[in-house]
Amino acid sequence: MAAKSIISRPVYGTLSPQPGKHHLFIADAEGALAISDMAARAPAGFFEGAEIVYIPDPGGKHVAALEALKPAQFHQAPSFASLLPRLKQTLSNAHMGLRLYLAGTEGLIGQAMQVALEAGIDHTSMQTEHRGSLARRMQCVHCKGITENVTTQPAICAHCGLLLLVRDHYSRRLAAFQGVCINAEDRSEMPPIEEAFP
Amino acid sequence: MSTGTTKLDVVVSDVVPVNELVTRFHFRRRDGELLPTFSGGAHVVVEMRDGDRTRLNPYSLMGSPLDTREYTISVRRDDVGRGGSLFMHRSVKAGLEMVISYPVNLFSLDLRAKKHLMLAGGIGITPFMAQTAQLAGEGGNFELHYTCRTASLGTYADLLRERYDRRIRLYHDDLDERIELDRLLSTQPLGTHLYVCGPAGMINWVRDRAASLGWPPEAVHFEHFAAPQPGLPFDVTLAVSGKTIRVGEQQSLLEAIEAAGVDPPYLCRGGVCGQCETNVISYDGKFIHNDHWLSEEDHRSGWKIMPCVSRFEGKSLVLER
Amino acid sequence: MGITFRKETFRDDFTFRNSPEHIRRFPFPFHEDAYMYAVNIEPHVIGPKGSVLENLIDVDEHYVAEMQDRALVLAEDPLRCQSLPHMTLAGWDLLELLMEQQALGYPEHFTLERDGDRWRWINRPLGIDDTFTFGDTSTLPYGPMEYITRQSQGDFCILDQRDGNLWMDAGMVTTQADWSLDFDIGMNFFEWHAPVPLAHEKGIFVRALKFLTNIQQGKPARRLNWTMTVNPRLDTSPENYHKWGPDRTTVTPENVGDKVHLRVELQSFWRLPRSNGIVFPIRCYLIKMDELVTQPKWARRLHRVIRDLPEELATYKGLTRYRPTLVEWLSKLDDGSATSSGFGPD
Repeated sequence: MAAKSIISRPVYGTLSPQPGKHHLFIADAEGALAISDMAARAPAGFFEGAEIVYIPDPGGKHVAALEALKPAQFHQAPSFASLLPRLKQTLSNAHMGLRLYLAGTEGLIGQAMQVALEAGIDHTSMQTEHRGSLARRMQCVHCKGITENVTTQPAICAHCGLLLLVRDHYSRRLAAFQGVCINAEDRSEMPPIEEAFP
Repeated sequence: MSTGTTKLDVVVSDVVPVNELVTRFHFRRRDGELLPTFSGGAHVVVEMRDGDRTRLNPYSLMGSPLDTREYTISVRRDDVGRGGSLFMHRSVKAGLEMVISYPVNLFSLDLRAKKHLMLAGGIGITPFMAQTAQLAGEGGNFELHYTCRTASLGTYADLLRERYDRRIRLYHDDLDERIELDRLLSTQPLGTHLYVCGPAGMINWVRDRAASLGWPPEAVHFEHFAAPQPGLPFDVTLAVSGKTIRVGEQQSLLEAIEAAGVDPPYLCRGGVCGQCETNVISYDGKFIHNDHWLSEEDHRSGWKIMPCVSRFEGKSLVLER
Repeated sequence: MGITFRKETFRDDFTFRNSPEHIRRFPFPFHEDAYMYAVNIEPHVIGPKGSVLENLIDVDEHYVAEMQDRALVLAEDPLRCQSLPHMTLAGWDLLELLMEQQALGYPEHFTLERDGDRWRWINRPLGIDDTFTFGDTSTLPYGPMEYITRQSQGDFCILDQRDGNLWMDAGMVTTQADWSLDFDIGMNFFEWHAPVPLAHEKGIFVRALKFLTNIQQGKPARRLNWTMTVNPRLDTSPENYHKWGPDRTTVTPENVGDKVHLRVELQSFWRLPRSNGIVFPIRCYLIKMDELVTQPKWARRLHRVIRDLPEELATYKGLTRYRPTLVEWLSKLDDGSATSSGFGPD
């Protein structure tokens, strides 16, 4: 994580068991490890009221470890887009007292949070833990297109092709960092493109 | 940077006894103009001139925010309190000219809520009178659970039932009717906000149960103005203004400071808003903190006091005022 | 006697100018020969006649042209005006505030007639005469915030107050100093100010938030902020940065006086009565260097401020490319003599 950043840059914590009877976990790839680590600190019977929704890496790593926690429900999805209808249905039927735990890549955390915000969960009540890739979702402030998995600084907008400075300024509503044209004043200036978010 | 509220010159336009403990007061502007618009949950501070004593007590506005021809408050008589409610009941008659503050809202609705769940105890019903009127006008989704000692002390219960029918649930202590709190809190749709106003014990109970059942604090709103408690008289030195004052048995520290001609900012006078927070320069004795503003750490430190509701017992107290 | 509204543009041929009276009333933001952030908030009360504080909501000779420019921006990009679903009530609060203040300050141009919730609004400069039901969105051609802010100079941010913070949940933003409402909507006070350098470390925003959350009805507050813009362009949005950014490379010693503009924001803060929100009007005033230096005190002081501005601030305000040219040009108007304290010209 960047040494010096700004206040709008999301800060992730360490998952910790919350009071209540209903717990919904959404994780991808190495986010599973955050759930396993938390399970070691959870009170007995905690996962009896839990649902885990997991997007594994192609190899299916960590699936067995999560199933071993014996959650009330376990669901595997190949991508975030594929679990979206299910997630929306779960949230629209849920009651106050449901606690949300998000773990894994920033893209996953941000997009799941976006759906939960719309369902009426306050962002400060969600538990988050970042694990794995630092790749960013970026919104081009000029054409409004979202570019997924941005790893370089600057980065090219996948929609309009402008060369964008990837800022730390982050919008929960859009689940994206802001990209602003880096050579707007003089398009002949071409700063080198470097790997920044591995 | 100064804070505080503007004052309104009003006349008491009506005084209506509601039941054996509660009386309603209506205020209009002396100049005949409309009163400022307000939002449900707002209060005003009423200035009571009782001989050479001035009391300033906060009361929730209970009329509809859509009607600003008059403001209404309801005052419950407290026979063992410091006398503010007794003054209102005994000395305030229609036609009396009074001064009240602009409305201030420290208990406002979260308008993002998909549903508003309201819990009232006793005279804690008053802010909900305005909030339900506001929400009903906008087609808002709300449900009010109201606990009172007996049906005859269920202030405005009939009126609320008439206005909102089954959105109002009543519980009477004398009939041993109890709110099934855990069940209620466990069956609310996601996006519900909870509001509670009533005695301190009720507020603490509801907040505790909500937290245990997984409700995040952002969705739990409560209003509890602590009334200043009477206590032993004590002496205070005001270092900035160079005055030494005595706080009487029935007087709050803030009132004693004001009586000496020093005017700290205030909004709620109930230990909630933080405006009158005062630094302690030195002390020898013990504080009786009654506020909801300072942290426990602040309370232990002996560096700060909320003069609107808190007191002191001991040899000496020097404040930065 | 009413205001004579200028016919002018803020784009393409840039015909924007200030009349001599408007130069005199320009809200020059530096009270001394140096600039640093401070919580420079004061009560928003009526100021002297002939100043921009003569009325609490100021309408000036640029009104009609600014409203035409706003309409062009919105036609191109409707996302500059947004309101999250829970903010409609606050929009009505703002409509009431702006109609009342404009009618009060400029009765020859604006009239508000109220009969219960039946309201009639006459805006003569824009040729509007509408009757509607207050609180009923279906009786207006736009939502209440958009309707009235298409008829009011300046940007408007409406903030919801919850959990001890302020949340930017609605706004009309077409004359901004390089920030995006579409990106920042829904953020809290600290988050949307996050890109501002130095001020967080100084605790400015913590103190400012404490003050703003305690603003009471009937007691608005204000502060000034400033930046600089090349060409009198109102719409310096990040959305269009790739279109206006190249302007910054066009400043030469010959055209500084005409091209470089001081851009001052008069920000005010008002408690909204029904929603308990806060509205934050950001009124933008532009003045070109040629106009500003007609007041010798302002010329001397601006030279010293720009010359000594910390590098982070110069970068944040986008001055880096043309600062040397500007400072050199201003230095010729600074004989080193003292400036009187206070904002006004001598």
